[in-house]
Amino acid sequence: MLAAFSSHSCRGPDVFANCIDRFRALFLSILLLSCLAVPALAGPFEDSVAKFANDEFSDTEAAVGEIAASGNALASPIISALQDGRLSADPDSKKVFITQTDGKIVDATTGAAVDKLPDNAAAVRLNNRLRRTVEAALGGLTLLSPDPAKRLAAAQSVFKSHEENLLPTVESALAKESVKSIKQAFAEARAAIILFKSDASDSDKLDAVAVVKARGDQEALALLTGLGDQPALVTKAAASAVSSIQSNLAMWSMVQNAWYGLSLGSVLLLAAIGLAITFGVMGVINMAHGEMVMLGAYTTFVVQEVIRTRYPALFDYSLLIAVPLAFLVAGFIGVLIERTIIRFLYGRPLETLLATWGLSLVLQQAVRTAFGPTNREVGNPSWMSGAFELGQITITYNRLWILCFTLAVFAILLAMLRYTALGLEMRAVTQNRRMAASMGIATSRVDALTFGLGSGIAGIAGVALSQIDNVSPNLGQSYIIDSFMVVVFGGVGNLWGTLVGAFTLGIANKFLEPVAGAVLGKIAILVLIILFIQKRPRGLFALKGRAVEA
Amino acid sequence: MLTQLTHGIATMTRRRALAATAGLVLGLAASSPFAPAQAADDTIKVGILHSLSGTMAISETTLKDTILFLIDEQNKKGGVLGKKLEPVVVDPASNWPLFAEKARELITKDKVAVVFGCWTSVSRKSVLPVFKELNNILFYPVQYEGEESERNVFYTGAAPNQQAIPAVDYLMKEEKVKRWVLAGTDYVYPRTTNKILEAYLKSKGVAQDDIMINYTPFGHSDWQTIVADIKKFGSAGKKTAVVSTINGDANVPFYKELGNQGIKATDIPVVAFSVGEEELAGIDTKPLLGHLAAWNYFESIKTPANEKFIKEWQAYTKNPKRVTNDPMEAHYIGFNMWVKAVEKVKSTDPDKVIDALPGIEAPNLTGGTSKMLPNHHITKPVFIGEIKGNGQFDVVWKTPGLVAGDAWSKELEGSKDLIGDWVGKKCGNYNTKTNKCGGQGS
Repeated sequence: MLAAFSSHSCRGPDVFANCIDRFRALFLSILLLSCLAVPALAGPFEDSVAKFANDEFSDTEAAVGEIAASGNALASPIISALQDGRLSADPDSKKVFITQTDGKIVDATTGAAVDKLPDNAAAVRLNNRLRRTVEAALGGLTLLSPDPAKRLAAAQSVFKSHEENLLPTVESALAKESVKSIKQAFAEARAAIILFKSDASDSDKLDAVAVVKARGDQEALALLTGLGDQPALVTKAAASAVSSIQSNLAMWSMVQNAWYGLSLGSVLLLAAIGLAITFGVMGVINMAHGEMVMLGAYTTFVVQEVIRTRYPALFDYSLLIAVPLAFLVAGFIGVLIERTIIRFLYGRPLETLLATWGLSLVLQQAVRTAFGPTNREVGNPSWMSGAFELGQITITYNRLWILCFTLAVFAILLAMLRYTALGLEMRAVTQNRRMAASMGIATSRVDALTFGLGSGIAGIAGVALSQIDNVSPNLGQSYIIDSFMVVVFGGVGNLWGTLVGAFTLGIANKFLEPVAGAVLGKIAILVLIILFIQKRPRGLFALKGRAVEA
Repeated sequence: MLTQLTHGIATMTRRRALAATAGLVLGLAASSPFAPAQAADDTIKVGILHSLSGTMAISETTLKDTILFLIDEQNKKGGVLGKKLEPVVVDPASNWPLFAEKARELITKDKVAVVFGCWTSVSRKSVLPVFKELNNILFYPVQYEGEESERNVFYTGAAPNQQAIPAVDYLMKEEKVKRWVLAGTDYVYPRTTNKILEAYLKSKGVAQDDIMINYTPFGHSDWQTIVADIKKFGSAGKKTAVVSTINGDANVPFYKELGNQGIKATDIPVVAFSVGEEELAGIDTKPLLGHLAAWNYFESIKTPANEKFIKEWQAYTKNPKRVTNDPMEAHYIGFNMWVKAVEKVKSTDPDKVIDALPGIEAPNLTGGTSKMLPNHHITKPVFIGEIKGNGQFDVVWKTPGLVAGDAWSKELEGSKDLIGDWVGKKCGNYNTKTNKCGGQGS
């Protein structure tokens, strides 16, 4: 078998496709052999490892199969290094090296430590098909690993690959397993194998269907819908399991929509909250609001650049450092704008609109000149990457953190307006400027600070938005319309209105989107707002009393 | 309130664009090394019509730099016909009507011999009448939806059969994909490409139920629902892939959401037609490992020509990290074809150059020679690359030879009988069934 294989050269893209099936067959038979505990037939282990140095996908695939079957103690470290891109090969000497997770380098065939990689060594390349092969091979190798996390990952990869030959290994692993959640995963992996095993008995298969049905997620659904030809009884059980999983998932998708709505609402709120101050409270039609958000995002980028080059260990704290800085940068520029432009335009909304729009272009082009027109990379700290499963929905950490962060910013702002002297002065000035002035409040100073506060908060929003959107000079533009929509809908001059407005629009949008599509959904929301404004021109929560006249 | 606002925005766009353009052109004129131009008779003027401000600046600024770089290199070799080339840069500011105005300005006021420019199809459509009326030449370097062949335009980017169709073939053969999500931004290129792909997939026996088509607005940033939908669509027990014609800025949040929701390329691969090295420069690509892109060029392709190009480009821009991408290569090919054609007819007269261009060959950067075809499209190789952790692509597949660009898609009912032939038939939409010039697009 092996001789037959090696006599055929599978190099070059043309013959690539023809070879796949042969490799798959080869791979299966090797796994079978290894499961039967027959001593390795793959020839010298070194020869297999040296294949990695050929830089051909077909050779790499062959090497993975042979190494997985070799039973060598180094097999699992080599393949996991391959998966993580830590396996390098020197094309000249055909030597292969593992860079261990602690940075040490060892020779892959002997395990002996090496000082440094040869100059020509390059990481062994993978493509998607190989990555699946590697995952499956590793799954087979680590089913009995002492590390519980690896066992769980192995069980899950076997559930996906349902490789028939792994059944004995899975069963022995299942018998030995003491951790409940992993035992469950093994049971599911075993069920998946049995479902695809042609000679399994009907009753075994029915049990397997029940196990997979109990798992109840999308992968279970994928497995059951992809069963293919089965005995009639099993097909029927699978069909009923599919419909029960589907109806369960449909219920969860409502929960999911609600969560997505909250999350979109939090982004809208975050973007709009600064505008709720500059436009809502002060009445300045501030078209440059989006650019303040952009400046905050660029502050985050600069902070991360400095951290990357100087203090890489601090990377996870980069956002915490960026928040106050972004507030200061955007706030300072806000004060500057108010002092130099906007204070001359109070009471002239059209001129303000034009001036701030022009300003937004100046700021955009300034940033474009300073940082270049292309996107800048802002990384996600580890605590903002990835997701977790809650029931049958996936909640991503970055969205969750942004929701928490938005609510915190909102609460702080509310408290500030209510309990601090500056907050009192702000409310006094915006509600009745002349009265406030006669009470001895320096109204122009308060104006500058209020505008600075609104801009600073927009800057903070930029820090959070840099985590989910592009950091480019156009960042602000995409939020300005949404922000105005939220503030106008919620009711000008009312922070609570902005909060309710943002979440209402977010949730409405997310429930419309699956039905109408993203484009129509957005249009529908716009139309609904226009209709709503016709009915209630002052938004959801209109200010009442004398403040309205001011 | 809202109407007031919208009105304000509408009126402002124009002013904004004009102001920005004026500022930029002044700035460029002052900073350009070519500013103290020789007397106009000693030089051949080359127009550059790419947005340097506004939404499209992100992609187009690089192309402006590319042409400046190519002109610089050509001048070092002594220019063309013994004359130096002189670039004339204008900024249409991502504003489609302004593209037409600026094109007119380039041709009538600056008297350029040729224009390299445009990115979006709508900008190309906006300048078309100008180029026809004033009889000048436009080189268009971006992959587009096809269904066009104009006498005055040379299309050096990929037509759908040079990018989309081979990519789908690859997924079908190598990844055994049975279920397809066609996701795109809502405008003409994705819509036409998806129409062609849908027809192609159906001709290959894919059922309607196994195709999901999804459009999103420009700059869409909240991808949660759509990514969840893709996940759901992918859990039907058949291998699923996403074919993405999502454009520009929307890609970063889309890929971030994919990464965060844990959709790996080994489960549901995404093949993109608008994501290249430049776009990836703004993302941490580790979660995207293995997702695919189809292009006619990748920076990572190792050929002597490409290595030389990258080295000289990085030296010219004084930035050792500056990446190269597919539309840049298209300009490289187009520019060299134009130079060859001009040298062949010993004139920059547009009529002569237009007639000389079909049949002209110029080397591409991936080791082959591209040829200008009678339909004003070129022959190109097609590569499929997988995203690597460092923001580059690893080529996993390529077409055996060069693919000739089809102006009119063979998959669509309305255009399958049409051909563009500016050599024999002198017609951009010749109907081979009725043997008449004219039909769709005339």
